[in-house]
Amino acid sequence: MSQPFLDVKELRVQFPTEDGIVNAVDGVSFSVQKNETLAIVGESGSGKSVTAQAVMGLINRKSATITGEVFLDGEELVSASKEQVRSLRGKRMAMIFQDPLSSLHPFYSIGRQLVEAIKVHQDISKAKALGISRDMLDRVGIPNPERRLKDYPHNLSGGMRQRVMIAMALLNDPELLIADEPTTALDVTVQAQIIELLRGLQKEFGTAIVLITHDLGVVADMADQVVVMYGGRVVENAGIEDIYYRPEMPYTWGLLGSVPRMDVGRHERLEPIPGQPPSLIRLPKGCVFRPRCPYHELVPGNRCDDERPDLVPTSASHAVRCHLEPAQRREIAAERLGSPAMEET
Amino acid sequence: MGAYIVRRVIAMVLMLIALSMITFLLFNVLPADPARLTCGKACTPAVIAANRHRLGLDDPLYVQYEKFVKGIFVGRTYGSGTATFDCHVPCLGYSFRQGEQVTDLIKAKFPITAQLAAGGFILWLVSGVSIGIIAALKRGKWEDRAIMGAALVGYSFPSFFIGLLLLYFVQIKWHLVSFAGYTSFFDSPSLWFQALILPWIAIAMVQAAFYARLTRNQMLETMGEDYIRTARAKGLKERTVIGRHGLRAGLTPIVTAAGLDLAYVLGGAIITEQVFNLDGLGKLAITSVIDSDLPTITATVLVAATFIIVSNLIVDLLYAIIDPRVRLA
Repeated sequence: MSQPFLDVKELRVQFPTEDGIVNAVDGVSFSVQKNETLAIVGESGSGKSVTAQAVMGLINRKSATITGEVFLDGEELVSASKEQVRSLRGKRMAMIFQDPLSSLHPFYSIGRQLVEAIKVHQDISKAKALGISRDMLDRVGIPNPERRLKDYPHNLSGGMRQRVMIAMALLNDPELLIADEPTTALDVTVQAQIIELLRGLQKEFGTAIVLITHDLGVVADMADQVVVMYGGRVVENAGIEDIYYRPEMPYTWGLLGSVPRMDVGRHERLEPIPGQPPSLIRLPKGCVFRPRCPYHELVPGNRCDDERPDLVPTSASHAVRCHLEPAQRREIAAERLGSPAMEET
Repeated sequence: MGAYIVRRVIAMVLMLIALSMITFLLFNVLPADPARLTCGKACTPAVIAANRHRLGLDDPLYVQYEKFVKGIFVGRTYGSGTATFDCHVPCLGYSFRQGEQVTDLIKAKFPITAQLAAGGFILWLVSGVSIGIIAALKRGKWEDRAIMGAALVGYSFPSFFIGLLLLYFVQIKWHLVSFAGYTSFFDSPSLWFQALILPWIAIAMVQAAFYARLTRNQMLETMGEDYIRTARAKGLKERTVIGRHGLRAGLTPIVTAAGLDLAYVLGGAIITEQVFNLDGLGKLAITSVIDSDLPTITATVLVAATFIIVSNLIVDLLYAIIDPRVRLA
């Protein structure tokens, strides 16, 4: 396997607040190859968005302490100068956001905002930049791109706006695209179109995609590798098949159990995960998921309360942070997830 | 856009009509009798009655209002026979106290108020907005705290107090400006400046403090918006992010506040003109109230209110140019 295009190692982001230090991201590692999609999954407050923004260098270094390493094509970004990271943003790595309406400037036309994104990184004429913008709008499936250039964000529908955001991100042919909940603010039919668009564009450009979401349906459609985050940490990191068929972490089970499925009867109720996500200021001494975990009693000697589990590899592409014995985990997973898990194992 | 302007202009005209009615009513509700004020101590009931008739004050209210409005557009003539005086267009009434047509009084006083307002406006806008931006960019640091502390102090002092302090120290104690009073710019630019600089500062101080706070809050709010994050994600330089994306959105609400505040001062800076003895609209308004000079009171109120209404329209039109979303409204 070649060197990954994006390689995040032990990334830590801490925000000092009046109540104490918030450990928003606490030693997160993952990597993505070109042509590959990595999904980061977790509840609100699990640190997934902060991780993405830290990679992009969008977190104000004065208001947060960022440590660890982020390699983009071998170049380390955490210790790089602000100017160096800025010159990569929008050029080699680009990002799209959750709410396309608030993410586009309300006072400037689409054309102007697109041209601006090109001209930061390429020294070309405005006319040429407009041409590139128009072609890109066409490519992301916006009808009548010539006219849309003169429109303002409020003239477009939600789906069109997100297409504009994607076009804007792709203008400089980035090799890494980070999509932070790109479909959350859109309705379901449009969601599917946007996912289809991203998949098509990935095939065409060979982009490495980091997809941040809490929607496991979107993950199933797009991801090759999945990182499950909880309380600022990675609790499970596995290939897409493993996540759906052989998940090993109680939190992942909870996530899967709270998603409606077509293959089980309607009488089966969705199971929400009990309790609240942890406060990132005063994390429990033991396992962060312990207060919400129904299986901690199966682990002898209060280890879940006293000892923080490590992220332990169980196979080449699967790592889990849990004190349960591997055999126990497989047994519970098979029982909880029903037939699919049985068939595959 | 065209329909929007037409709609707004019609609304403005209706508002002006309503406004003139209300001020005209004010004229009649006040306990002072204009006819009584037309002659001195030697007034007899007969003279008062004659004057009342000459001024048309014995007509029913609606006739009086009609004459008043007519006077604005075509002028009017008071009295009859040999004892008449013309009040030329636009006639807002005749001040017996001042022995002059009110329009001429306002025309004479307005330039001083306008110079006072314009200078103060530029001073407070430039200083307030730039101080506010600096505070926002240095959020939480000592610069921010010092600026916001000073702004709070500045905002808390009444303008007459600041005016008196300035007069006492700068003029009386330190002799930094002359005592000549208002001099036309064309006679002596230096004396003109010396006469106006203290009132400008007095007017600008309170307003600058207000604008600094407003600008800071607006900028902080804007810099937290999602589209600012997008601008950074594009790889724009921080200077461009603040200048092109932040300021444009952050300063838009300032336009509203500035337009209305300018109109307000144009209607007469009553306190500042009084403190610095500037013969402008504010002073005219005060004098006419003290003298129960009703036509002048009505006219000054009408003029000041017209400024507010017109500037409201201008601000809204400007807003439609700045913010493309407004055009639909």
